[in-house]
Amino acid sequence: MSVCIIDYGLGNIASIFNAMKYIGADVIVSDDPFKIKNSSHLILPGVGSFKKGMQKLNQRGLDEILNFEVINNKKPILGICLGMQFFATTSSEGGIVKGLDWISGNVSRINNKLSNLRVPHIGWNDLKINSTSRLLNNNIDTHCYFVHSYYFNVNNTKYITGTCSYGNDITAIVEKDNIYGVQFHPEKSHETGLKILKNFINIKC
Amino acid sequence: MLKTRLIPVLLLKNGILVRSRSFSLHQFTGNHLYQVQRFSDWKADEIIYLDITRDNNYNLYSGKSVIGSTSSNINMKHNNQDNIIDIIKSVSKVCRVPLTIGGKIKNLKDISLRLKAGADKVAINTAALEDPLFIKKASEEFGSQCIVISIDVKKDLQKKSDKWNIYKKFGKEKVNIGLSEWIKKIQDLGAGEILIQSINRDGQGKGYDLKLLEVVSNISKIPVIALAGVGEYQDFVDGYNVNKDLALAAANIFHFTELSVLNAKKYMIKNKINTRL
Repeated sequence: MSVCIIDYGLGNIASIFNAMKYIGADVIVSDDPFKIKNSSHLILPGVGSFKKGMQKLNQRGLDEILNFEVINNKKPILGICLGMQFFATTSSEGGIVKGLDWISGNVSRINNKLSNLRVPHIGWNDLKINSTSRLLNNNIDTHCYFVHSYYFNVNNTKYITGTCSYGNDITAIVEKDNIYGVQFHPEKSHETGLKILKNFINIKC
Repeated sequence: MLKTRLIPVLLLKNGILVRSRSFSLHQFTGNHLYQVQRFSDWKADEIIYLDITRDNNYNLYSGKSVIGSTSSNINMKHNNQDNIIDIIKSVSKVCRVPLTIGGKIKNLKDISLRLKAGADKVAINTAALEDPLFIKKASEEFGSQCIVISIDVKKDLQKKSDKWNIYKKFGKEKVNIGLSEWIKKIQDLGAGEILIQSINRDGQGKGYDLKLLEVVSNISKIPVIALAGVGEYQDFVDGYNVNKDLALAAANIFHFTELSVLNAKKYMIKNKINTRL
């Protein structure tokens, strides 16, 4: 097992790197196609805006490399927060922006026009986990740290394996074949988060 | 359901941890790495780290403006670091919950350096008041979710005034802008959170300024973190009762008692507050 955290020049990489080290993973941070190719597991981190993030991925040619590794080579990938949102077809953050389109759906802003819901959604929220989840199976009473204003509206709900409640149900975990994504931050979610990261690196290619 | 956040705040001055009263008296309290790890282990929901160094001197133990020493069981060797970025790097290695870094942030590069070192969010005060567009630039570059705007307010007690004035530069300089106007403005510019602090209550242990919390949480549409004044666990409950969306922060109460974060949470749960344990 060797993990490559994809560096596209955005986001807080130190936190996820520290967490992976803590659980004993063999981990590197890189945007080098060769290193990405030679890793068994990929992590796509991210905070910040969708538009800027996709631009940076594309500028470095990482969209093509990721498409090849994830879609052709079926390499396990974990998208975190914005990293997960990139899996969508489009996002409405900063105009309509195209995503990687691995899981059909759109990313849109949490709607608080008709409620007094505070946006961003910040804090620890309970997860409702579907038993089919490979990242966290049969865990009820569990909570993770969220910080986001946009959420992933997945077209086919069978790919949603975890949700949390904030006004409406919000997609918390997506899983489709070798593609995994979490809206919350496992690297900042104490023991539950570390468990998810461990489960991810134990997924066989 | 979203849980009420309990957030210990660590004050760092010239590389060492201090406690504060009325933004002026600072007292050495111990090793920050040890504190962060304990807080993280004790289920603190986040940790806020405020660098209140007045100059660029991180030379440890010069102790010029630090009075007294209240802690003895400290491992001093961890403190041998010479700037805030190194401090963030070492702290983020032991911190398994979100870490906010505030103090001395003047430009986008300052933010970028802190995030790269392992901060999850930054808290900005003076630079935002001096150039509000900085908030917009910062939130566009790094995302709203990591831009916390810290607001320090003070009432003129001598004039028996009921008005909260906003201060910059660690409470030294009054700024001529109304509280509600400033909250609305920072929201429009893309701030992700507000950290509201009453200078009058700092270090007093008499509880939060509840009226202030009510006013701020009513105006704000983004999350609000309450800070300054907590002297006992009941003060957290009183803050929660003002507005259940408030995140509850405190500094001094967590520094001197073992398991204080856990015990505070147990007290909150006993009082029907939904928090993570």
